[in-house]
Amino acid sequence: MPILADNKTLAVVQGLTGAAGTFHAKQMREYGTKVVGGVTPGKGGTVHEGFPVFDTVAQAVAKTGANTSVIFVPPPGGADAILEAAHAGIGLVVCITEGIPVLDMVRAKRVLDASLSSWEPSKGSQTLPRWSAAGGAGGLPTRCNLVGPNCPGVITPGAAKLGIMPGYIHQPGSIGIVSRSGTLTYEAAFQITELGLGQSTAVGIGGDPVKGMDFIDCLSLFEADPQTKAVLLIGEIGGTSEEEAAAFIKANMRKPVAAFIAGVTAPPGRRMGHAGAIISGGKGLAADKIAALRDAGIAIAPTPADLGTTMAKLVS
Amino acid sequence: MKIHEYQAKQLLSRHGLPVPLGIPVLHIDSLDQVVHQIMHETGSETLVVKAQIHAGGRGKGGGVKLVKSAEAARQAAGQILGKHLVTHQTGPEGRVVRRLLLEEGVSIARELYAGILVDRGCSRVVVMASAAGGMEIEEVAARMPEAIVKEHVDPALGLAPFQARKLSYALGLAGTAARNATAFLLKLYQAFVALDASLVEVNPLVVTSDERVLALDCKMTFDDNALYRHPEVAVLRDLDEEDPSESQARGHDLNFIKLDGSIGCMVNGAGLAMATMDIIKHFGASPANFLDVGGGATQEKVTAAFKILTADPDVRGIFVNIFGGIMKCDVIAGGIVGAVAEVGLRVPLVVRLAGTNVEQGTKILAESGLPITTASDMADGARKVVALVKGQVS
Repeated sequence: MPILADNKTLAVVQGLTGAAGTFHAKQMREYGTKVVGGVTPGKGGTVHEGFPVFDTVAQAVAKTGANTSVIFVPPPGGADAILEAAHAGIGLVVCITEGIPVLDMVRAKRVLDASLSSWEPSKGSQTLPRWSAAGGAGGLPTRCNLVGPNCPGVITPGAAKLGIMPGYIHQPGSIGIVSRSGTLTYEAAFQITELGLGQSTAVGIGGDPVKGMDFIDCLSLFEADPQTKAVLLIGEIGGTSEEEAAAFIKANMRKPVAAFIAGVTAPPGRRMGHAGAIISGGKGLAADKIAALRDAGIAIAPTPADLGTTMAKLVS
Repeated sequence: MKIHEYQAKQLLSRHGLPVPLGIPVLHIDSLDQVVHQIMHETGSETLVVKAQIHAGGRGKGGGVKLVKSAEAARQAAGQILGKHLVTHQTGPEGRVVRRLLLEEGVSIARELYAGILVDRGCSRVVVMASAAGGMEIEEVAARMPEAIVKEHVDPALGLAPFQARKLSYALGLAGTAARNATAFLLKLYQAFVALDASLVEVNPLVVTSDERVLALDCKMTFDDNALYRHPEVAVLRDLDEEDPSESQARGHDLNFIKLDGSIGCMVNGAGLAMATMDIIKHFGASPANFLDVGGGATQEKVTAAFKILTADPDVRGIFVNIFGGIMKCDVIAGGIVGAVAEVGLRVPLVVRLAGTNVEQGTKILAESGLPITTASDMADGARKVVALVKGQVS
């Protein structure tokens, strides 16, 4: 059993009829993912590229039993799409959309974390375990796992591809990957596949400052997953998620972990593409993250060309 | 996106926040009239002349002058305007001052700090205040973190009045000043949210001798992702404060940051782009830029990106590192060949392609007959481009 996505995944695509939604829904289906329908308000009742289209996520869930959503809605409606999926009882929402305003995500995340007291904000990660099949009781928002936004998605090779990553660079295996970067995740998966190891699940958690699942959420799922033998963590400058992950690994993980941090050469005060990748106020430096990970006994890949080999050394 | 102090104060004022009377001077011709107007409205000859650049530390750099007559104001303005102002945030080359803010002098009783930003650690907006106004908040945080008081905001409620009161009393304020500070913080939070700011810093936030609470300085930055719904903010962009190649790149929807090395990089994806910079450094050279062409780039966009790299006189070699996912390698290859046909190639070019349509991409490059060095993986590519650039030097 890998994490988050498996052969029981029934996916609905929000924003199906847009260019990105159409292209990737077809790619996901070709990979073997059970894409059971799409949602585009105003186009309910039609069929698009063989996918039944619904006006609302609630209708899609009622008709298809979807338990997962993949979002390609444009940024102004991105956070609303996440809330709609959560309200419909979707258990896993993967939001690919890049460019959602940060304050929209602050509000959406508040709803996803609604079981917490509103005076005690969550510490960056959602408490686990909460992965379950769909089913919010009474139409109320339920605990919902969000991956993203601004992420490549989740892939469990051979079972389900929920996102925009190229499927063929992956193969079923025992390495869990969790990453803040898109193409760097592909680089990692490719190197691991080339070495014949394969992946249990690869999760791109996204490059935004306010997002759903963080490293710790994925690490604890990988630790509990029998198929995963070791984990590769790919971080980047900005924030303190990697430092928190290091502390979590030290205290809670028995499986070996390797890591790479991008942005050793990034200048402070500049947003390096991702909204979250910025060194500000002396925080978020790559050197601090690497030191924290090393201190937790984690193997650090010296260059991005050594992601696979660093991982392989730990499992050989 | 950053804006100038005077623009930030105009926005605050529009949201009902008290700021000193001030008028920007964009051309020296309007100076006399502005000086006269402020003196006339305040009945005082005391003015502050402030350089407007997108960097802090202006006071220490000589960009802020307190003057006590119209003549002294003219003199100070003449000294500052057009000057290369060097502060600890501008780098040694400094910034040319093209705009001034003239402001009434204020009788200051206390200097405080107020700041609002998104605390990514807990996905909430946090309102911070400190009695150590005038100091940089990073310095306060490092030296006396207990001097900073914070309130996290529930986005469904907004900043509650009791939270603003807690902050005001924690600053040691009382009576009218405390009431004014509470009102100030509540309005500041409302402005932050209404404008989709990513940072608002009022430093110093001053209490005047007559217990008014004013924003004496203000720094605001905005969430680029939300600019589409704030045209009134988007127009405040000052292109003079940005690197021309960065403005050009933004026009093509490219993520580009100019750096001070010699190897131009073109990469798809922000993480891979940063990692590419790192691996160049690892092999002993420095990147000339960060450039993420994005996931769904067209051939035209790739051509535009390539032209920006070749136009940079500091670039002595180019490394293209692509892992095709949505981005197809043949599109990249076509874009490179198109750009070289248009603008030529004066420096060594190393290309590493992997992923979607890699065979077609490699074929396009080979058939172009261009002097392109191909690389099997990113380490190979980085090693080759560094060797080629170093070979040029020796």
